[in-house]
Amino acid sequence: MRASGSFDILVIGAGIVGSAIAREGAQLGWRVGVVEAGTPAGGATAAGMGHLVVMDDSPAQLALTAYSRSLWRSDAANLPTAVEYESCGTIWVAADDEEMAEVDSRQRLYAQTGVTASVLNPEELARLEPNLRPGLAGGMLVPGDGVVYPPAAAGFYLAEARRMGAELFLSRAVAASHGEVRLSDGSRLSAERIVLAVGAECDLLPALPVQKRKGHLVITDRYPGFVRHQLVELGYLKSAHKITDDSVAFNIQPRQTGQLLLGSSRQYDNDDRAIDTEMLARMIQRAEEYIPGLRGLSVLRTWTGFRAATADKLPLIGPAYGLSDDSTLWLAVGFEGLGITNAPGAARLLVDCMQGRESAISIDPYLPARLMEPARLAHA
Amino acid sequence: MTGDTNRTDVLVVGAGPAGIAAATAAARHGLKTIVLDDNPSAGGQIWRDAIANPHAKKEAARERAIQSLRASGAQLLSGRSVFAADATGAVWAAREGGPQEEFRYQSLILATGARERFLPFPGWTLPGVFGAGGLQALVKGGYPVAGKRVVVAGTGPLLLAVAKHLAEDGAKVVRIVEQAPLKRLMSFAASLATNPAKLLEGLRFRPRAPYSTGCWVTEAIGATEGQKLSAVRISGGVKTWSEPCDLLAGGYNLVPNTEIAELLRCAFRGSFVRVDDSQRTSVPHVFCVGEPTGIAGLDAALVQGEIAGLACAGKSDAALTRRAAQGRAFADRLEKAFALRDELRSLPHADTIVCRCEDVPAGKLRDRLSWTDAKLQTRCGMGPCQGRVCGPAIEFLMQWRPVSVRQPILPVPMQAFFPGTTAAESAAQTETESIEERV
Amino acid sequence: MPETISVTINGAAQHVAAGTTVAAAMLIAGQPTRVSVSGERRAPLCGMGICFECRAVVNGIAHRRTCQIQCEHGMTVETNP
Repeated sequence: MRASGSFDILVIGAGIVGSAIAREGAQLGWRVGVVEAGTPAGGATAAGMGHLVVMDDSPAQLALTAYSRSLWRSDAANLPTAVEYESCGTIWVAADDEEMAEVDSRQRLYAQTGVTASVLNPEELARLEPNLRPGLAGGMLVPGDGVVYPPAAAGFYLAEARRMGAELFLSRAVAASHGEVRLSDGSRLSAERIVLAVGAECDLLPALPVQKRKGHLVITDRYPGFVRHQLVELGYLKSAHKITDDSVAFNIQPRQTGQLLLGSSRQYDNDDRAIDTEMLARMIQRAEEYIPGLRGLSVLRTWTGFRAATADKLPLIGPAYGLSDDSTLWLAVGFEGLGITNAPGAARLLVDCMQGRESAISIDPYLPARLMEPARLAHA
Repeated sequence: MTGDTNRTDVLVVGAGPAGIAAATAAARHGLKTIVLDDNPSAGGQIWRDAIANPHAKKEAARERAIQSLRASGAQLLSGRSVFAADATGAVWAAREGGPQEEFRYQSLILATGARERFLPFPGWTLPGVFGAGGLQALVKGGYPVAGKRVVVAGTGPLLLAVAKHLAEDGAKVVRIVEQAPLKRLMSFAASLATNPAKLLEGLRFRPRAPYSTGCWVTEAIGATEGQKLSAVRISGGVKTWSEPCDLLAGGYNLVPNTEIAELLRCAFRGSFVRVDDSQRTSVPHVFCVGEPTGIAGLDAALVQGEIAGLACAGKSDAALTRRAAQGRAFADRLEKAFALRDELRSLPHADTIVCRCEDVPAGKLRDRLSWTDAKLQTRCGMGPCQGRVCGPAIEFLMQWRPVSVRQPILPVPMQAFFPGTTAAESAAQTETESIEERV
Repeated sequence: MPETISVTINGAAQHVAAGTTVAAAMLIAGQPTRVSVSGERRAPLCGMGICFECRAVVNGIAHRRTCQIQCEHGMTVETNP
């Protein structure tokens, strides 16, 4: 018999990644505890778009997003309606011939990974998305991509974990090391393993090489059918790839409610939660260059959030070895804009690794040890 | 934001009594003054104009106040919805079909008024169920109620004022239902002798309709499934009965509109914006007047508005300061007299909709941890009214703390975020929409 | 006599006095302003632009607050789906 307050695994952070890990652990019959300082799913999970998307910024990113998306798809039938899972697909929109020239090679790359994608000519693009402006060069449709409502998805994972016995502690972890977590109410929990599944704001491990990348989002009233796929400009990778300059890119998502969720912006070295009105205006104007009809739609809310970014744009999944000498400490952090897509995949990789079990894809590119030198993100 | 800028000494948000008084006082002392208002014409809620009925009795006080505003030289810009403000002294407004307009001020006076508090009960989403002030506003907007049987219910002095106006418009007010117990009302009424009589236009009105104190509406009943109101169920705790009616005009007193003050991070005392004797908030150069500082009615609004307008010009008036203090004391008594009874918390059933925008029933809220948790997991308060209706209800029902406000503080077209018109266009449009044309 | 204005509400002509709000015109016509997320027929509640129950489609534009808009000749108004 273990003493009360003693766990196989303690997860710090009840965002979508932490909740997914809690579910994986509980499914294995582990004694799982989850510690959350704020509202469950109330951090980057609530701020994010919920786009389930295959991305190919690097081979490792492609492998993880494709794997994790396949887990979402196989879990789709189990998701409650509140999760609003829709397999709406992504259309990468090419504004000009230069962007269109990339499409063929990307489609081949996706095919090699087993991800279906098709090239759209301008007429096909216009037929699929009549509200895009005329004169665009075409695009690439990735039909297996989808969207979810992230807080409900995280809430579902956490509820599943708790149904299987996981315990939730609504308290701040003030220290977490060597198998012990101390909470702000003074109580102590012990565990074989501690997992930091936190966003960009975490003071438990100062060496964590994660930086805030601020983003803005806008949501409209309900306009069913106005947009049918998640639409992203092909220039997105270019602008999202920059790790120094502030940037905006056209990225719009149809919610199951008929609402439209509009992004995106990226800002470094900005700790201010407030709406940056200049960035917001730039972002909306960028979107209007693609969809002129947005102009008259009613905006309900805007908000900001902080992506947890790493130097090589890949998450840290695995033992904290290299960043800490604490062998009980594990990480699942630094997902930047792909935390929702990658949550189930990361949870599976992490739990496989804890068990010493081989995973469907190699965990090596995501191991924190790769950033053994105290990593520092480039500054211009 | 990069919208075109209108610079002014004093910017007043809201053209109700408090805003009109503030702008008039400031402009009279030579300050350039602009008033932004989201309604088609000035007056706010209490002085709402009955445009559709040219025979309606003009309210003398309103006419006088608007005459004074006109003579003062202040500019009134109607049809402007303020949707954002920041600490640098900028306010952004959206206009129907137009880009944003940016305003910059030396002094900002928030005169944003109040709205009704609604509490959910079974059937409250049926057509035929209105706010009390809500029905009155719709009648002024041209909705005829002559011959209709109306129950006026809820709490607060507004109920009696509404009953009086509805009766004047030909409605048959079949009953007024006030949740506050008679004993509390009597002691409140007794305390009024020391107050300016006008404060209680409502309570001095002796309704012909039966006035049931210590009672509340527990259910609105439709004639057919989901259609048209036919009766309301009323409870006095022990006794309950049905009252046949065509319309219900119901509201539980007022809650302040404080969204801009929250955006600017003004300090609060409870639900109200904290101000000093000159109506200054905790934020430099920002004043607040009228109901957002405490629900105290028309006279207090006029006094506070004038104080703030004078303060912008570096002036003060001892007599006004004394009257303002009386107004604050009155607001406190009003709040106590019409405090909500606990029974109202148990009105909603599990399937009673609380958030009308997103149709979230009460049962879905019971297991949530907080407002934020409820918003994230149930969509409660996430619709276009941004929780203006369900928020105050939920604060009462669940005792959750409200969450912070973000811009836009009300839904605006996407184009409101685009850069504004050119300086020349803006000047021209300000000219054509000067006060003479609009009030 | 006040001027009369003719608008079309859910396909039927409706005559109202000048100055009448679109919300009041829809009440006169007995038409709901919107259908709620769960399918209820709704009518205005607050009358002052706060509650958004009076949203309707005005001249083809959805989600307009009809209590803040006055009727104009030839206006078409439909229940917000």
